Amino acid sequence: MQRHLISAADLTRDDAVLILDTAEEMARVADRPIKKLPTLRGRTIVNLFFEDSTRTRISFEAAEKRLSADVINFTAKGSSVSKGESLKDTAQTLEAMGVDAVVIRHGASGAPYRLANSGWIDAAVINAGDGTHQHPTQALLDAFTVRRRLLGRDAGLGQDLSGKRITIVGDVLHSRVARSNVDLLHTLGAEVTLVAPPTLVPVGVDTWPCTVSYDLDSALPKSDAVMMLRVQRERMNAAFFPTEREYSRRYGLDGDRMARLPEHAIVMHPGPMVRGMEITAEVADSDRCTAVEQVANGVSIRMAVLYLLLGGNEPAQTRTEEK
Amino acid sequence: MSKILIRGAKVLGGEPQDVLIDGETIAEVGAGLSAEGAEVVEAGGKVLLPGLVDLHTHLREPGREDSETVLTGTRAAASGGYTAVFAMANTFPVADTAGVVEQVWRLGREHGYCDVQPIGAVTVGLEGRKLAELGAMHESAAGVTVFSDDGKCVDDAVIMRRALEYVKAFGGVVAQHAQEPRLTEGAQMNEGVVSAELGLGGWPAVAEESVIARDVLLADHVGSRVHICHLSTAGSVEIVRWAKARGIQVTAEVTPHHLLLTDELVRTYNPVYKVNPPLRTERDVLTLREALADGTIDIVATDHAPHPHEDKDCEWAAAAMGMVGLETALSVVQETMVDTGLLDWAGVADRMSFKPAQIGQATGHGRPVSAGEPANLTLVDTAYRGRVDPAGFASRSRNTPYEGRELPGRVTHTWLRGKATLVDGKLT
Repeated sequence: MQRHLISAADLTRDDAVLILDTAEEMARVADRPIKKLPTLRGRTIVNLFFEDSTRTRISFEAAEKRLSADVINFTAKGSSVSKGESLKDTAQTLEAMGVDAVVIRHGASGAPYRLANSGWIDAAVINAGDGTHQHPTQALLDAFTVRRRLLGRDAGLGQDLSGKRITIVGDVLHSRVARSNVDLLHTLGAEVTLVAPPTLVPVGVDTWPCTVSYDLDSALPKSDAVMMLRVQRERMNAAFFPTEREYSRRYGLDGDRMARLPEHAIVMHPGPMVRGMEITAEVADSDRCTAVEQVANGVSIRMAVLYLLLGGNEPAQTRTEEK
Repeated sequence: MSKILIRGAKVLGGEPQDVLIDGETIAEVGAGLSAEGAEVVEAGGKVLLPGLVDLHTHLREPGREDSETVLTGTRAAASGGYTAVFAMANTFPVADTAGVVEQVWRLGREHGYCDVQPIGAVTVGLEGRKLAELGAMHESAAGVTVFSDDGKCVDDAVIMRRALEYVKAFGGVVAQHAQEPRLTEGAQMNEGVVSAELGLGGWPAVAEESVIARDVLLADHVGSRVHICHLSTAGSVEIVRWAKARGIQVTAEVTPHHLLLTDELVRTYNPVYKVNPPLRTERDVLTLREALADGTIDIVATDHAPHPHEDKDCEWAAAAMGMVGLETALSVVQETMVDTGLLDWAGVADRMSFKPAQIGQATGHGRPVSAGEPANLTLVDTAYRGRVDPAGFASRSRNTPYEGRELPGRVTHTWLRGKATLVDGKLT
């Protein structure tokens, strides 16, 4: 494992499988009456959030607290950042207070990379989403969810996702979730298909390790998992597609479309969902939809990442408790 | 008046000769000239070029003296072998009136390191809506002949047409920063494979090419000449080549950085590589070199764009666009054009002195190295190789993409009308 987690593309297959296996161990902590491990006792982690993101921040915070770390939450609003302080000064100020790791969410692509590589600070840097670049823990929790559902909790241990067909649908152009997932799922041996209107696929996508389709209906029967991305309503005003309704008709997942999926296939969503836009309530509330599970898995994955980056390089010592 | 004998210099890269400067002019060029009464500079096989002329410099004064002033910028120019620079209009206040251009022109004169020829804004406040008083700027002491909204594109077709037509009355030229604004909203880097991966907003080649295509057609239609600033894509080269073949009066410049660097460098997210137009692909770089060699691109211009440290020591999206270039331009041109065999030193003199002086009508600059001509000269140690160290820059800013990179060539002497501005690599 490296010292930082900036991009899903930086992970080898073995790194990724180790994180997923460690996350399974961490998940067992959640089943205990006392959901806490002493691993990061005395370590301080700052959640440095320059962009609003309640769910990712809370997920990291829960993971940090379950590992007994001291947690500092820093949000840009109302802070010195809103008064014009630079990223460098903010990071150095926090480090001066003695933090061991920085979990950063930033609107600018590459901000976590800069933080990790500019010599500004020494702390480990974990990317919690940067601009339209990467969101590696999201990809890891998605891979974790796929492995659990398709291979099984115990049967999946040590396994990658070889041969699994995963379709990612929606606004690929503006999505760090899509970029991270393409990288990680490919590393884990899965076959990835992106489905989007051509306006929402980046120029240059042809070098990505995946296939691109504009037709959702033909992709669905060949999918073991379909991941729906949120489409922001403001995209409509920038002529990426004509109307919300047309988008829903062509790229939204409703009950009829879900029926085209193989029986075992799951429907995923990183949230927050825009019901009625990319996904109907019928699909969102069906037991094939893993959106809520993904949130729970996110805590386990973030525990695993923090544990491996800060705590040690071996899987957590709860393996003996396997049933 | 003082005499200087430059002994054994390869004039434009030819056989070693002696050049005698008497006062402000070149008195004699030949073999075995007498050194009597003259200070002798042993050239020892260095290459002697006419003083370089930069058609595209940002001196930042007035308004952003924290990044550069006319003094520091012209000292940087002299260090890089330049004897004339054209100062872009995007200052604060904008150089859109006779008053501002005269101020910049006068500061250049007073400091005496390098002639400063102000460029006037095409439109008031660079806003693209209303023509600035182009005639007044031309008639001012600064004698402006080049007009540009550089930094911004004159994107309104009617305003561009009118500007092209209007400056014909006094032989001016409009230099266009070709960037279709709608296609480049939020643009952070070249749009392509790398931007797709990095998740940075794309600046597509077509946003440059479509404006160049429109402007050469407009220039043709109204019978005016147009100059294209910092041409950066292979497609733009094709359009300019087509236009020249049709007899359209178009000239074009390329920056040193677009001759050397590619968008792969953006993977470091280091804003020192952030520039507008952005670094393009390897294919573009190679096409630009060929086009400069075959004359489709007329000149090299630095687009020297100083920025204070804090504007580059930050995340990519927050960083300013631009690179300093005056002190490394000739080295980059040697690396990419001369050492590759694409251009000889006479060709370099043409692309970096004769032609830019001609396009900008810089009187007394870009002249042959021969008797009776103004002694605007630069002496280059072409055998030198060394690493770029920004700490040694004369510019007030250090935002160079070449820090630590080994480059060939070093300017050792510069003379402005017979007066040395740089001696043995040191400013006078």
